[in-house]
Amino acid sequence: MGEIEVLHPGLYSSIQDLGRNNFRKFGVPQSGVMDSFAAKNANLILSNSDNDPVLEITQMGPKLKFSSPTRIAICGGVLNPKINNIEVFNNKLIPIASGDILSFGKRVSGCRAYISISGGFKSEKILGSYSWYNGISEMEMLEKGIVLYYSELGNSSDTLNASIKVNDDYLDKRLIQVFSGPEYDLLPLALQKSLFEREFHLDINNNRMAIQLKELVENKLKPIITGPVLPGTVQLTPSGKLIVLMRDCQTTGGYPRVLQLSEHGMNVLAQKVLGEPISFEFNEIKGRS
Amino acid sequence: MKLEYPQIKPMGDRAILIDFEPEIDEKSLGKLLNVKKIIENELLEEYVEVINAYHSLLIVYNHTIENIYDKVLVLKGLISRANIGKKTNSNIHYVPVCYEEEFGLDLELISRMKNLKISDIIKLHTAPVYTVYFIGFLPGFLYLGGLDEKLQISRRSSPRMKVEKGAVGIGENQTGIYPKSSPGGWQIIGNSPVPFFDKNSNPPCVILPGDKVKFYAITKPQFSQISEEIKSGDFQLKSERYHG
Repeated sequence: MGEIEVLHPGLYSSIQDLGRNNFRKFGVPQSGVMDSFAAKNANLILSNSDNDPVLEITQMGPKLKFSSPTRIAICGGVLNPKINNIEVFNNKLIPIASGDILSFGKRVSGCRAYISISGGFKSEKILGSYSWYNGISEMEMLEKGIVLYYSELGNSSDTLNASIKVNDDYLDKRLIQVFSGPEYDLLPLALQKSLFEREFHLDINNNRMAIQLKELVENKLKPIITGPVLPGTVQLTPSGKLIVLMRDCQTTGGYPRVLQLSEHGMNVLAQKVLGEPISFEFNEIKGRS
Repeated sequence: MKLEYPQIKPMGDRAILIDFEPEIDEKSLGKLLNVKKIIENELLEEYVEVINAYHSLLIVYNHTIENIYDKVLVLKGLISRANIGKKTNSNIHYVPVCYEEEFGLDLELISRMKNLKISDIIKLHTAPVYTVYFIGFLPGFLYLGGLDEKLQISRRSSPRMKVEKGAVGIGENQTGIYPKSSPGGWQIIGNSPVPFFDKNSNPPCVILPGDKVKFYAITKPQFSQISEEIKSGDFQLKSERYHG
């Protein structure tokens, strides 16, 4: 078994897969990668399966030392990755030798990057998923000194998708694709309109549970009887704050649900940092009668 | 504007929300859970996950929905079949709670505010058969209905940074147990040694929506004994079929 020694944990790094399904009814958050597009690409480059656990890193990446040869790929946010202090690039297969050190420099663009490793990180599967979440998994985030495990590279020359062309244009997109939420129709027309004309900025409260937006909107809606929510649900609080629920969100909530982000919208938003501007783009749901 | 229920609307491109009349009562819950069961059984091969809250069901698909209209038609059909009003089976669980000083952090305060003796508060809290509406907020947190009006009290003006695992609290017209330690704003009246969520079991919760809960008071030594029994795997929560 290959070992990765965590020399520095980075700002917030955690093992994630595509999420924990089928346990929401017991109040267990879905969790999973914040940007599924980037995580899938990182796995694809190594010919891993879509759902193999990857390491999600945030803004300031970790410093990791590998015990034995393997291959990795990094996709999503551009966080200036280096191997033994020499620059390497996103969206490419990166061969790793024994003793190699992966580190990160200054953030160039995006917010979260995904490190895939041949065969996926070896971690404990709990309730159908490898995703780390406080209270479900042993670890919540990477800590200095802990060890991550991976399969040693076999001699087989696997077919690799090393030449995959990844389109990273979404990292610079401001438009967040949304559908109407269950309480959208209760909003006054003028407010509905303004949601799509205004620009919003990410507030300081932004993490894997939720991303709050700075600008307030007028809200005369009453709280609702507590109902189901999902990652991507946009709640409107009594004070007029918009809260976009993200992958680690609770399963139910009592604020009106005015919008619902598409998967793509969530991926775009997951790559934004504090203070960055976004706008909502309205989408019709296919096949609506 | 008069809305017709149930309302069926898409929630994004992977989920459909079914809202029944916006009210919290046991009869509506029974109907809701009937529909839930039928959808779970009939859409098994679609790998949907059905979550219920007080008056709604959320059907989460494991893929993007190609044509929402087709899915809605299927759901409408299933809902109409469920209207027969069959009673679902449910269990009643007897949950031990220690209301002693060490755990009942806000009992004094409630006693003063409500002009009730502490022993009366315990009596009022252990008397009802509570209904489990759904699980949410935290893994294993039960939304219980049936709190005595005399015990309804506002949340604390400033939430506690840490409420202990097992803490039993009251907030407005709700009562519940914190399945793990967490920040929380409810008034704390006791603690239950019983685990309400076990990540190593499937299902991780023994108490389910539609079930009933009745609390009974235990002393501190009994609390310690049950805690020991839980550790050694000898504790068995007392549960039986409920015929209400």
